Amino acid sequence: MSEMMADNENGRIGGELLSVDNITLRFGGVKALTDISFNINKGEIRSIIGPNGAGKSSMLNVINGFYKPQEGTIRFKGKNVNMKPDLAAKSGIARTFQNIALFKGMSTLDNIMTGRMLKMKAGFLSQAIYWGRAQKEELENRAFVEEIIDFLEIQSIRKTPVGRLPYGLQKRVELARALAMEPELLLLDEPMAGMNLEEKEDMSRYIIDVNEYFGTTIALIEHDMGVVMDLSDRVVVLDYGCKLADGSPDEVSSNQAVIDAYLGVAH
Amino acid sequence: MIYREAGEFKTSYAADQGLLTIPMDRWFVIGLVLFAFIGMPLVGDEYWLGSIMIPVLILAIAAMGLNILTGYAGQLSLGTGAFMAAGAYMAYKVATNLSFLPVPVAILAGGGFSAMIGVLFGIPSLRIKGFYLAVATLAAQFFLLWLFTHVDWFVNYNLSGVPAIADYHLFVDWGPLVTGAQASVEARYLFVLVFAVFLALAARNMARCKIGRSWMAIRDMDIAAEIIGIRPLHTKLSAFAISSFYCGVAGALWAFCFINNVEPGAYEIERSFQILFMIIIGGLGSILGSFLGAAFIFLLPITLSQLPGWLGLDVPADVITHLEFMVMGVLIIFFLIVEPHGLARLWQIAKEKLRRWPFPY
Ligand SMILES: Nc1ncnc2c1ncn2[C@@H]1O[C@H](COP(=O)(O)OP(=O)(O)OP(=O)(O)O)[C@@H](O)[C@H]1O
Ligand SMILES: [Mg+2]
Repeated sequence: MSEMMADNENGRIGGELLSVDNITLRFGGVKALTDISFNINKGEIRSIIGPNGAGKSSMLNVINGFYKPQEGTIRFKGKNVNMKPDLAAKSGIARTFQNIALFKGMSTLDNIMTGRMLKMKAGFLSQAIYWGRAQKEELENRAFVEEIIDFLEIQSIRKTPVGRLPYGLQKRVELARALAMEPELLLLDEPMAGMNLEEKEDMSRYIIDVNEYFGTTIALIEHDMGVVMDLSDRVVVLDYGCKLADGSPDEVSSNQAVIDAYLGVAH
Repeated sequence: MIYREAGEFKTSYAADQGLLTIPMDRWFVIGLVLFAFIGMPLVGDEYWLGSIMIPVLILAIAAMGLNILTGYAGQLSLGTGAFMAAGAYMAYKVATNLSFLPVPVAILAGGGFSAMIGVLFGIPSLRIKGFYLAVATLAAQFFLLWLFTHVDWFVNYNLSGVPAIADYHLFVDWGPLVTGAQASVEARYLFVLVFAVFLALAARNMARCKIGRSWMAIRDMDIAAEIIGIRPLHTKLSAFAISSFYCGVAGALWAFCFINNVEPGAYEIERSFQILFMIIIGGLGSILGSFLGAAFIFLLPITLSQLPGWLGLDVPADVITHLEFMVMGVLIIFFLIVEPHGLARLWQIAKEKLRRWPFPY
């Protein structure tokens, strides 16, 4: 708690970036989310936790426009948004998926380069002759992507087709692609699932670094409580599509309802 | 160590982004292109240039077109023949009715018209995928061919329905004859070659730029493509447009520089399948593969029919035809199952082997 106050004083965390207001999402008869409200402040690491099927992934899908909620609104940077995924990308939201969603036939480098798509404006004729604007953009964006490659320490797999990479590295490439978009808000859906302890430590370090050095706001879904408690500024807890608790890691982990519903079950 | 890749270090991203980053590759391709432009017209006779090189190059252009759509963007199409026909008929209309335009412009206009038709028939691709999209393009194949053969406007009300292509100079009434029966085979060959080289270069450039990556992204995983800001419809339609442009140019060249008339039979469904087999055997998502596949599929029946003669055997013609079908079938199944990246991938493996030669590992 005191750490968070210190962060606030340093100006790491700013005003509200995203607010989720009274979101209800149904699939036929199944209520995946019921009247969920919470917000995410600029610069913070905000975790969403809850047991399997609680609606965490659905929540991210609503935020970046994959799912249309039946009720409620999402406000991003103070504006009401009714997003489609490509518009979300344009307005500065990037994400990774629970089940890796990379382009399997392309190399690591090309996958990350796709993250620069929206920064490249050259017309198709310029690309067809690889001259002028297209060439300039390719080189500039390549240089940017190389910085991310260095940052995530994946230099040696640049030219490898991602389909051939082990799981842990694929997760890292997916993070790299999201970072290439220079997002304001980064949604990470279980970035450490299926990783061993060492890989988890690496990934945690990258998340903290992204947040600190680039000032990127992060919404994180994670099952590992240790990681969540260490990384998060605030945590929102979902259970059966309802919000159970919301607050600092300490507050949440001492909340009786959370202990009963989630921590009690998981541990 | 005949072929070297190691030891070649790039010191800038510009060098690493280059088209042919390995000097030996670069020299090989430059040598090949030089031979195609200078050596081939000198050594090739009427038969080699006119009956093999011209059709192979034209089919390679169509194969590149289909490869852009199917190999890069992942949208299966059986309408290649019809898109070629669209190019041929429109190029004919432009060449005959706007005769102040040079013939290369007429051929490019054929490509442009085909691109528009491609976009139109590409619209369903937003909703339907794979097999169902293939059926939709099949409908395009039959509908378009029916249209071109039943609306007399397309053939300038020619009674035979198969209008001949006039002899056109390169630039209206200046330069060598490049189309029609009077044009020399060398001129027609070089004319087609210029199209093939420039279109291949453009395709390679697009493949390594933003547009190529967006096609591959849509092919590999369309939902992930959307979250990085790729618009699926826009991207798919751009693939349909550019693919059909290539096919249209190929169809026009077929009429103008190879058979010297606009013959609908050249653009039937068999043509669509032939081009599809070319990219399967040549290599999906490979420009080089489009050329290899075109040459292979075009030369296979010719070779098979000549083979018994070379070996001094007496095999009846119908047996050879059957043999052709069987060999083709086996090859397609082989490549689909064992090597979806086709001849282009085998070529790459051969290079890797050469690099290590004489060491086995
Ligand atoms: N596209 C969909 N169609 C139908 N039901 C869905 C769909 N997506 C999610 N659901 C349902 O919504 C509920 C919440 O699922 P969600 O994937 O959001 O859970 P989660 O909290 O991410 O779980 P996990 O920890 O397993 O990833 C589940 O009951 C799930 O079956
Ligand atoms: Mg989930």
